[in-house]
Amino acid sequence: MSQPNAGNADHAVLTPANNRADINVVEEAVLKALDRHGYPEASRFAVRLALEEALVNAFMHGHRGLPESETVEVEFSVSPAQVVLTVTDKGPGFSPESVPDPTASENIELPSGRGLMLIRSFMTEVRHEQGGNRLVMRYERPDQA
Amino acid sequence: MRTSESRLKVKKDGGVIEVQFRDRNILDEANIQQIGEEIKTLIDSEQKPKLLINFTDVDHLSSAALGTLITVNNRLRSLQGQLRLSNIDPQIYQVFVITKLNKLFEIHETADKARASFKP
Repeated sequence: MSQPNAGNADHAVLTPANNRADINVVEEAVLKALDRHGYPEASRFAVRLALEEALVNAFMHGHRGLPESETVEVEFSVSPAQVVLTVTDKGPGFSPESVPDPTASENIELPSGRGLMLIRSFMTEVRHEQGGNRLVMRYERPDQA
Repeated sequence: MRTSESRLKVKKDGGVIEVQFRDRNILDEANIQQIGEEIKTLIDSEQKPKLLINFTDVDHLSSAALGTLITVNNRLRSLQGQLRLSNIDPQIYQVFVITKLNKLFEIHETADKARASFKP
């Protein structure tokens, strides 16, 4: 993966492939940036969860039918006041409105479909761009919100 | 290649199968799949299994892990078994609340309370 020094950056663009090692590098780089800015544990939990779910969605849904080596682009920017994460996949995109409500009684026992809901719940603002294959997530530091 | 090492710590006591996780973070797709398979093997070997999943020391949980819990719950129901969850970290419990799965699963504060709640 590119950007080997991302572990010390507050802003970086990384290109993980669909494997745990690459995903861990991205998550650790982002979490280290949060630590440098003194974000609390609840923020680490929220950001990590959202990033994890966004990457799983990008690889599982966005990249369905593409080779496993195909990378997604993760851009992160961490400042004292907020964290902005952008995940861009190479898939055809999707319509966020087409995702069924996983808490509806007819869906509650389905084993999938909760990732986007968790992202929306833990992030301050979530935006879909480029026809759905770019997800922009913004998280405001709680004590400054 | 995936490791064949178990992802679970299993204890059988008084007719209850209690499982704990070896990983603090239950995020990795391959691990989650393995956890699901291991639990299925455990419950399929029992009559009307009583399963307690103890989340002690678990820091993170993804929606894929929630999916596996639902699959386990459905499997237990088909076996006329019972499922209880316990020792869930407050941040992770929030994930259950957001997804309303706190209403689907019977969740207890401690393993002892969960164990005591099984119907005979």
